[in-house]
Amino acid sequence: MAEQFIARGFKGRARDTDRARRERIPPGQYETKEFPVLSAGPTPQTPIERWDFSIYAEVAEQLKWTWDEFQRLPRETMTVDIHCVTKWSKLDTLWTGVSVDTLLAGIDLDAQPSIRYLIAFCDGGYTTNLPLADVRGGRAWVVYEFDSKPLDPVHGGPARLLVPHLYFWKSAKWVRGFKLVREDRPGFWESVGYHNYGDPWKEQRYAGD
Amino acid sequence: MVQQLKWQLCTVVEIRQETPKAKSLILDWPERTTHLAGQHVDVRLTAEDGYQAQRSYSIASPPGEKHLMLTVERIDDGEVSPYLTDGLRVGDRLELRGPIGGYFVWDARNGGTDGSTLFLAAGGSGIAPLMSMIRHRASTGNKVPTRLLYSSRSYEEVIYREELDRLSAHDPTLRVIHTLTRRRPANWMGYGRRIDRAMLADTAWPPAEKPLAFTCGPTAFVETVATHLGELGYESGRIKTERFGPTGG
Repeated sequence: MAEQFIARGFKGRARDTDRARRERIPPGQYETKEFPVLSAGPTPQTPIERWDFSIYAEVAEQLKWTWDEFQRLPRETMTVDIHCVTKWSKLDTLWTGVSVDTLLAGIDLDAQPSIRYLIAFCDGGYTTNLPLADVRGGRAWVVYEFDSKPLDPVHGGPARLLVPHLYFWKSAKWVRGFKLVREDRPGFWESVGYHNYGDPWKEQRYAGD
Repeated sequence: MVQQLKWQLCTVVEIRQETPKAKSLILDWPERTTHLAGQHVDVRLTAEDGYQAQRSYSIASPPGEKHLMLTVERIDDGEVSPYLTDGLRVGDRLELRGPIGGYFVWDARNGGTDGSTLFLAAGGSGIAPLMSMIRHRASTGNKVPTRLLYSSRSYEEVIYREELDRLSAHDPTLRVIHTLTRRRPANWMGYGRRIDRAMLADTAWPPAEKPLAFTCGPTAFVETVATHLGELGYESGRIKTERFGPTGG
């Protein structure tokens, strides 16, 4: 739309006076202090004894960790802003988990340059697709603590992916592993009208954005 | 390449007070494309100084109707819903884009051939996308056996109450079961508590029929319904959920 349509009489909330904080909210988003829940189906109930995390690469061998082995991997704690496609953003969220760089360290990706995408798969059948470049270089983690407490199942516990620079559906809940693939293919939400990449700063909410 | 959903202007042709807190906006949207029952639209409000707020609202009208209906519950400390329920007048224009979402949808044609029974569970204004399905079912003459379990705080807060009464009175394959969680009329014969496992066991179709379930409402409500349906034996891939967060404002 060329000219902006002004909604008659709409003022909106009082603007946050903290400019630096305001500038951390992407277009079309609003800040919430709560932690809303969104998912397409029931919350899976996977006991820790049966939890494991696997990485399948098309050429390389498979990697697998049990819950205890996963806990012994080097952990990182980070504070990041998260942005949900349903419009809420939450600033300064505190997570603990394992960097995807650590998980991929056992695979010689440089020797397999044709592998360029990652499909995260989850309990409940959910999947999401990401360019491999977006989960390397300290930009993605598999986290199991939120706010220094074990991650609540409704928020993806025991473990979820965390890719804060993309819309939050890419941070797949109940993640159980990665498939490293040559060809990109849309995951769950990406197949039903949502954007394939999902950059909140470019407002890539839906297919075609 | 998929076409981008453009922001478009629609006009408010009618505002209907549904309950003390909820209003339906009947919108004329000339450029819209056909939606599926269960889909939503994004509404965008722009202030004089360029500030913008966006929210999603489920479509309550069925596919194929001339006008689009959105039902908005006023959230007292919300930013967008008080404007839509209190500020908007007939004749005003509103900016929106959509329809959006291809998972929480029910198509009478597929529902018809799939043949499975339909179980719908609504909490409060979570009725909106389920009402689109019920209206769609009625307007296409689909007779898939359907049950709606609908939780409201009080009798006065049951959205679309008369229409649901009328539809179920004329259709033996549609059953509507209400529960009122806070206040009940003196002669109330229905359920009077929050949805729990026993109520779902009593009202939901037996899992052996491979029913398709849709539930929409506040997070705690949806968690309760989805968890218990799963434990009762519903396939998790056939329990579709949509949540209205506390900050849906």
